[in-house]
Amino acid sequence: MTAGDGAPLLELRDVGKNFGTVIALDGISTTVRAGEVTCVLGDNGAGKSTLIKILAGVHRPDRGEMLLDGRPVSFGAPREALDAGIATVYQDLAMIPLMAIWRNFFLGSEPTRGWGPFRRFDAASARAETRRALAEMGIDIRDPDQPVGTLSGGERQSVAIARALHFGARVLILDEPTSALGVTQAGVVLRDITRARDRGVGVVLITHNPHHAHPVGDRFLILNRGRSLGSYAKGEVTREELTHLMAGGRELDQLTRQLERPAG
Amino acid sequence: MTPELGALVGAVVIFTFFAVQSPQFRSARGIANWLDPASTLGIMAVAVALLMIGGHFDLSAGVLTGTTALTVGIVAVEFEQHIWLAIAVALVVALAVGFLNGWLVTRTGLPSFIITLGTFLMLQGLNLGLTKFFTGTVTAGGIASASGYGGAEAVFASRISIGGAEVRIAVLWWVLFTAVAAWVLLRTRFGNWVFATGGDAVAARNVGVPARRTTITLFLTTATAAWFVGTTLAVRLTSVQANAGIGQELTYIVAAVIGGCLLTGGFGSAVGASLGALIFGMTQLGIVYLGWDADWFAFFLGSMLLLAVLANRLVRRYAEAAPR
Repeated sequence: MTAGDGAPLLELRDVGKNFGTVIALDGISTTVRAGEVTCVLGDNGAGKSTLIKILAGVHRPDRGEMLLDGRPVSFGAPREALDAGIATVYQDLAMIPLMAIWRNFFLGSEPTRGWGPFRRFDAASARAETRRALAEMGIDIRDPDQPVGTLSGGERQSVAIARALHFGARVLILDEPTSALGVTQAGVVLRDITRARDRGVGVVLITHNPHHAHPVGDRFLILNRGRSLGSYAKGEVTREELTHLMAGGRELDQLTRQLERPAG
Repeated sequence: MTPELGALVGAVVIFTFFAVQSPQFRSARGIANWLDPASTLGIMAVAVALLMIGGHFDLSAGVLTGTTALTVGIVAVEFEQHIWLAIAVALVVALAVGFLNGWLVTRTGLPSFIITLGTFLMLQGLNLGLTKFFTGTVTAGGIASASGYGGAEAVFASRISIGGAEVRIAVLWWVLFTAVAAWVLLRTRFGNWVFATGGDAVAARNVGVPARRTTITLFLTTATAAWFVGTTLAVRLTSVQANAGIGQELTYIVAAVIGGCLLTGGFGSAVGASLGALIFGMTQLGIVYLGWDADWFAFFLGSMLLLAVLANRLVRRYAEAAPR
């Protein structure tokens, strides 16, 4: 495939990764398109974290290739993935609880003023920009000087998503953004996801909750023990089927039959 | 949520307490006297505070002031070199120790407490062994006779007349160091990285903060401060004992904690650490001026430390006991 309008933002082809003798991922293929949400579903230990770390530049895949705009890429560090426009919002959010929101917002990408030894962190514009970027996402923060630790889990997710978008993320990877949240807060985060999508960002939503994935997803990749259990487009799969696949899919069917036979 | 608020209140209370009872304490000469111990301690406490905010301890910082002072003495006197060359050699030694500390901590991921305890003991041995080897005694003396001593004395050990009192130049250096450290911490990218590295190094690295480089730079900073204070001691006293600086490392940490630094990192202030050092200096001499037994000093300091730790605990609770 060559670069062009038809090429997805990000594509994985038969990607695999081993840790020692353990095969963490094998034969994973999927695409992420601009303005679409690709959901990666899987139970604990399915390989979701390894997949994120490959996308985010933390690990290099041992097999297969990763294409960005149709061109093969290989990231040696998270910074390289970030510079390529792939932003990851980790489960622990990569935010420092004791630091102010605006300090967190620009962490690692601080705007500066001045020259040479007098080059300084432009705190005034960082505060203003933080407030503006959050407002654009519909997030009302009372005071950007308050420590991130005083925010609720949902608010922290929203701030992290707003941060990724502010720094020009074209691909936004979200690691279990709703897992620790109550129903209302999870709803707020799902709304943030659709806003990011509507801005033309390619979103990768990693979750083990099909009820959260199904309403926002355009594409679904189901992982089990490091392998793909199937890849579906929106409309090809119902929420019930997703749930079923998530719960172990064919393996569970087989187990159910084995258990039912003697009883029936 | 200003980390230095407690130390500021403490400093005002302590100043008032001693100033009311002792005219000597509040005189210009008295102030110059208690600023002196506060200054050399303050320079170290500020550097140690930055390191603590960055999430690490440096137990070798105290003995390193001795190492650098002895290096200045031995190179200038035993090797008969120009004093500025001796001071430069001492800087190289200090930076090497600082780099070793930082490199070991970032490479191994072991607690800096244990790694710098190791370098602390090694330096303690080296200070004694090498001083004996080169001088035949446990003292490196005769620094005043080194060539170029006058210039070094002007920079490190002169006195300036302010308001009728002779103030040691170290006090000015201390104020300057504190101002620069506060500015770097609050108003530069590096400062933001220091808070982030101490708050959560993994999270910081994930958003592109060079956490390793930040940590190593902080260890180099405490080493540089130790070099500055060690050189000040060598030039001021002109003769250095081989056990100089030992035991001071905990005093620096106490000053930083009184100044609002959390032991767990990620929170603290350079100005606070300086106020901690000021409290130290005022108490040390205030007790003498009031004619009290000097034993009360340690008791008093311990209670200040406990108070500070209890106050800091509230800060951490406020920031981390958030609804999820």
